[in-house]
Amino acid sequence: MSERYELAVVGGGPAGLSAALMASKFGVKTVLVDENRKLGGQLVKQTHKFFGSYEHMAGVRGIAIGRKLSEEVMNDPNITVMLSTTAIGYYEDGTLALHQREPEEKLIDIKPQTVIFATGARENMLAFPGNDLPGVYGAGAVQTLMNVYGVLPGERVLMIGSGNIGLIVTYQLLQAGSRVEAIVEILPRIGGYIVHASKVRRYGVPILTRHTIIEAIGDEKVEGAVIAQVDERFRPIPGTERELDVDVICLAVGLAPIINLTWQAGVEIAYIPELGGHVPWHDEDMRTNVPNVFVAGDLAGIEEATTAMIEGELAALSAVEFLGKASPSELAAKREDAHSRLEDLRLTVFSEKVKAGIEKLKNWRADLTERAGKTPS
Amino acid sequence: MKRIEDHPVLDFDRGEKVVFYFEGRPIEGYTNETIAAALHAAGIKVLGYSARKHRPRGFFCAIGKCSSCLMVVDGRPNVRTCMEFVRPGIHVRRQHGLESIVQEEGDE
Repeated sequence: MSERYELAVVGGGPAGLSAALMASKFGVKTVLVDENRKLGGQLVKQTHKFFGSYEHMAGVRGIAIGRKLSEEVMNDPNITVMLSTTAIGYYEDGTLALHQREPEEKLIDIKPQTVIFATGARENMLAFPGNDLPGVYGAGAVQTLMNVYGVLPGERVLMIGSGNIGLIVTYQLLQAGSRVEAIVEILPRIGGYIVHASKVRRYGVPILTRHTIIEAIGDEKVEGAVIAQVDERFRPIPGTERELDVDVICLAVGLAPIINLTWQAGVEIAYIPELGGHVPWHDEDMRTNVPNVFVAGDLAGIEEATTAMIEGELAALSAVEFLGKASPSELAAKREDAHSRLEDLRLTVFSEKVKAGIEKLKNWRADLTERAGKTPS
Repeated sequence: MKRIEDHPVLDFDRGEKVVFYFEGRPIEGYTNETIAAALHAAGIKVLGYSARKHRPRGFFCAIGKCSSCLMVVDGRPNVRTCMEFVRPGIHVRRQHGLESIVQEEGDE
């Protein structure tokens, strides 16, 4: 048991970093915990340039944004950073248990007055025979391997999913020196931005819509994949099967929030498919039903780094309010500013799903009560 | 597989080149690489076998979330090798199922 922090931020990605920085503006004594050696979360592998949405970050590579925020946090006298440290539990009495691996292994318990969970997301799996073979990797894993550690994931890759992640990672694989044999997409249209799709097509990567993976081939590791066309109801059409000679099958089929700690903290968990599945219940200022617990970023609903940063600011403002560190008017101005930037970012068609999810979350409690009154028919 | 030597956007700070052991065999790795990344660079994709059906296991998420890359490191099972960095001289071997936790010196 060490000194008493006013705020603990769990997760040093875009949401957690900007939360810590915003809290610091109000003099909040903060500890930021991250299980990696470096801050930045998944920004450390985003080599692509961000789109022209976030006023200061348009055209900037994700890695550069991560580096800038990390430097600010590391140099901030109000913020203590604990790296190589995993938050492993949050208990009834407010104890946050930490497992530090480096420089020496130890268990640490702290009792922060408030906690912002910004634990991010994990990658979705897809059901097909052989999906557990070595060589079936998540798109984020492929990025980590090639963009963080500089190791080529494979020679010939099959990409599953044509959302922005599938398209961007395909391009990054080409940059790193792999071949991408095809991108398969089960829907009749490409999921991501056309500009990303055009780019990989120019490099000769076919994007096969209305296609899916049937199975991974190989005994000890991936040695190929069978793909096929699907009908309107997403059933494979017999006779359209095709074998591809690949050593990596990369899954870019979405992400799901990492809710474990918030669940343990007593935060209500809602099921909102549009936000990535199970998400901690929260209001528009990122408060949960537990008064001193707040959430931000992909944990609160799968979205983008740009929106995560603003959610981090909002979560910090709510923590500042709980701690009584600012006047309501001071908070109101900052909140209004953050909400208007968030609204701007959510103007594109790609945000429709997220907006529908947020709407569902607002009504979630009322819907539950209504459903509880009915017997299943 | 191989390490990327020439990247249009990135320079890699791999750290120091060291030797560690996989199944008793010396492997070259770098101190800024995780064990899983160094093994992948050496062409080793199978990191263990599943408990019941003994299916081969490799990493899946590479960020410490999926537990697919658990290996035995210096006698200690269940080490997430996608999070644990290479250190000189460590002994890494494939994990078979859950394996048992060894009492470490000093444990009560």
